[in-house]
Amino acid sequence: MDASTSLPAAAGHHHPHTHAGEHEHHELGWWRKYIFSTDHKVIGIQYGLCGLVFLFFGFSLMMIMRWQLAYPGQALPVIGKWLPYFFGPNTMPDGKMTPEFYNSLGAMHGTIMIFLGVVPVAFAAFGNFVVPLQIGAPDMTFPKVNAASFWAFGVGGVIMLTSFFVPGGAAKGGWTSYVPLSDIADKGPGFHPFLNGQTLWLVGFIFLITSSLLGAVNFITTIIQLRAKGLTWMRLPFFVWAQFVTAFLLLLAFPPLEAAIVMQLMDRTAATSFFLPAGMIVNGAPLHISGGGSPILWQHLFWFLGHPEVYVLILPAFGIVAEILANNSRKPLWGYKSLVFSVLVIGFLSFIVWAHHMWLTGMGSTVSAFFQTTTLLISIPSVIILSAFFISLWGGSIRFTVPMLWATAFLPMFGIGGLTGIPLAFNSADLYLHDTYYIIAHFHYIVAPGTIFGLFAGIYYWFPKATGRTMNEFWGKVHFWPSLICMNVIFLPMFLQGMLGMHRRWYDGGQGWTLSGEHIWGLTGFQWNTPISWAAWIMGLAQIPFIINFFWSIKHGKKVNDNPWEATTLEWTAPSPPPHGNFVITPVAYRGPYEYSLPGREKDFTMQNEPVEPAERSRRAAEPALAH
Amino acid sequence: MEIPYTISTRPDTGLWNAKIGIWLFLASEVMLFGGLFSAYIFLRLDAQPGEWPHGLLNVPVGTMNTAILIMSSVTVVLAWAALKMRRYNAYWWYMLATIMCGVIFLFVKLYYEWPQKFEHYGVFLKPSALEKYEQYLGNNRRTEKGMEPRIEISGHLHNPEAIKDPSIKEYEIGLDPVFVDPNNPTNDRPHFLYVPPTDHIAKIEKEDVERIDSFGPWHSAYFASYFTITGLHGAHVLAGVLVFIYMWLPVSKKLYQRNPEHLANRVEVCGLFWHFVDLVWIFVFPLFYLL
Repeated sequence: MDASTSLPAAAGHHHPHTHAGEHEHHELGWWRKYIFSTDHKVIGIQYGLCGLVFLFFGFSLMMIMRWQLAYPGQALPVIGKWLPYFFGPNTMPDGKMTPEFYNSLGAMHGTIMIFLGVVPVAFAAFGNFVVPLQIGAPDMTFPKVNAASFWAFGVGGVIMLTSFFVPGGAAKGGWTSYVPLSDIADKGPGFHPFLNGQTLWLVGFIFLITSSLLGAVNFITTIIQLRAKGLTWMRLPFFVWAQFVTAFLLLLAFPPLEAAIVMQLMDRTAATSFFLPAGMIVNGAPLHISGGGSPILWQHLFWFLGHPEVYVLILPAFGIVAEILANNSRKPLWGYKSLVFSVLVIGFLSFIVWAHHMWLTGMGSTVSAFFQTTTLLISIPSVIILSAFFISLWGGSIRFTVPMLWATAFLPMFGIGGLTGIPLAFNSADLYLHDTYYIIAHFHYIVAPGTIFGLFAGIYYWFPKATGRTMNEFWGKVHFWPSLICMNVIFLPMFLQGMLGMHRRWYDGGQGWTLSGEHIWGLTGFQWNTPISWAAWIMGLAQIPFIINFFWSIKHGKKVNDNPWEATTLEWTAPSPPPHGNFVITPVAYRGPYEYSLPGREKDFTMQNEPVEPAERSRRAAEPALAH
Repeated sequence: MEIPYTISTRPDTGLWNAKIGIWLFLASEVMLFGGLFSAYIFLRLDAQPGEWPHGLLNVPVGTMNTAILIMSSVTVVLAWAALKMRRYNAYWWYMLATIMCGVIFLFVKLYYEWPQKFEHYGVFLKPSALEKYEQYLGNNRRTEKGMEPRIEISGHLHNPEAIKDPSIKEYEIGLDPVFVDPNNPTNDRPHFLYVPPTDHIAKIEKEDVERIDSFGPWHSAYFASYFTITGLHGAHVLAGVLVFIYMWLPVSKKLYQRNPEHLANRVEVCGLFWHFVDLVWIFVFPLFYLL
């Protein structure tokens, strides 16, 4: 770190001409400073804002679909008239949704929520903004690569969005793009050979994979190389560990999907047959193809990414929740070492469970038995993590701040999502539940009230670090409670629908299927769609206080000091917002990340950069439990 | 603000940043090509008898390209060593040699190996018609010997207009040598040396033909993998060559004069990438040319 950034004035007020050429960073124009920036904090915020916009857009697609599910075939009031102007005349003629448009919405909801919403916010935004600060680094190791990562993401996102407006509309093959359907969809008369929904989906994905590759390389290198002096591996905040493992998952799991995407692209544009068996008949005519391909191959390669991806979604949320639980229960995180080893084991095991998504393909009982075993094994470290979080609350003096509300809500929500996954791990039970609403409910409990609650917790928690102001607490609660209630009204009934056998991709919401008429808890399976849809729309409204609170607080929130939550980790030793280069004094770590309520201290928190005094050293020697 | 350990090593890890970065990147690349090679294995195991072609590629040319790539891996190490010894002139020549090797490799691929495939045709016969063309296929003997049957007759298509024109009732194929003398035991195994199609023309009636395709990616799962994997590998070679050209141009001499160790580190990192590209070819060559 050079001398200029060690002055508090470096926050942006100092005069550039008094410094030599090496300080030209401070002379950057608006475009270089806020748009084409290489500063990890700006890139993190860029990722965060884009990701949140994509999250809301992806959620909006689902809000439109929920109308069709609750009131199939009826015209969507008010906005139904306007949507065709936006998405094209064949999507919602007279406000009634066409099956093709329904399929596009479903496929793009999944794609956008996962790859353009949650991953960018959970991994790229929080990782970029928080990790270098938490390890006491001035920036990422490769700032330009970091910017390239963001812009590759941007290009991928734009391509995905553009695909809504090409003839025929966006991809319709589900977020999994199963073949042979995706190989032959969006082809023929009325479709452009390259500018069609499915091909653009593939091209967009190549950019997104490039983005995550660049990000992952950067994160891992940064954590290995730029840890502050004294910040040994076992003194890293759990959040950093979670991001570290996540980066490895992205680094190693995405490329096989990229291979698969290249192959599907070849199938669609160079007439290969990687995923097409011989003898395919489409619209009554045999396809002129060589055959010899295998649809199962796609599933293997897709789920080789797909399952680690689940942990890419959840691990950063674990990390965020861990930080907030320790901070708000004013206690050390319980079982730090178990947490670290659990997250490493999860990272490893997540690579050998993928075929549990493929029980229905008839892989044979030997393969099934293997993947059944590994799937159950991976629940062990997950349960260890969740238990350690619950135990961390025990006996703490809990402050129910807004981030803490989200973090505590995360625990049971993730618990429901995780426990309902156990029946799916068993081949025999899954044969019945596969592709029903039960699956939808299960993984949404993990990702929606799980991960997304973790993300909200993180936004409320680190907002003061990014802006120097807190978000409004009252409106935070107005955001939290309806979201929590609506999430459960949306997803709990889906377990029931799934157990009735209602299929997740039905266009009419199950209206035309006999068993959907069975009553559960006073409503038929089909009728449950109505309260679910209303809860989804109300939850959409419940995000408005958040959006207003977020932007209003940037300028008008309550001003706070550098460490408003009285936290212990290194990011709170930097000014808020941190200047370019981050720290006024290069931090040195002397202790573990969660030294709350140390006996014999005036304050109930001891920051990582506070040296261990002789008196404390002798006390630590006497009490091994305190020694890290 | 300066990022630490861009050139010097961090004491406790013993590494500078880009060295970790490139190894991580290569790990990712291993998974990318690993995915593609797994697909190759998957499809090959899945192939029906007679579907997976053998011996269609030119082994001597492939061997030459293998040697060229291995040589370039040596020269890039020499280039790096020359920089470490601060001998810029030697570096310049070794780098030039590396670039030339890459260029020759790509040239052979793009102007010789690939275009040849598109002029070569394979006719897949309907199962019911196999007996009729027994004189070209020699399947009776192959069945006796327990070998996979031949279901395709390949060679040079003398009347390409037949593909589009429905009034032409047969394809005229200048046969590959295998089909001229199908019962000769020397034809049981793929030829090591490339032999061009003969003047012996076979007339194959269209109604006996299931499908006719040139040896492009659409021909079979084999050629689909061949073009995809060698194409992606070629893209990596091209990327490597472009980066090396940048390091060989005068702009890098300026970096050398400012901080020779920095340039040496860059060459080391890109050299690691180059070795990886070389290594991928070491897998590609046996999988497609020999096995």
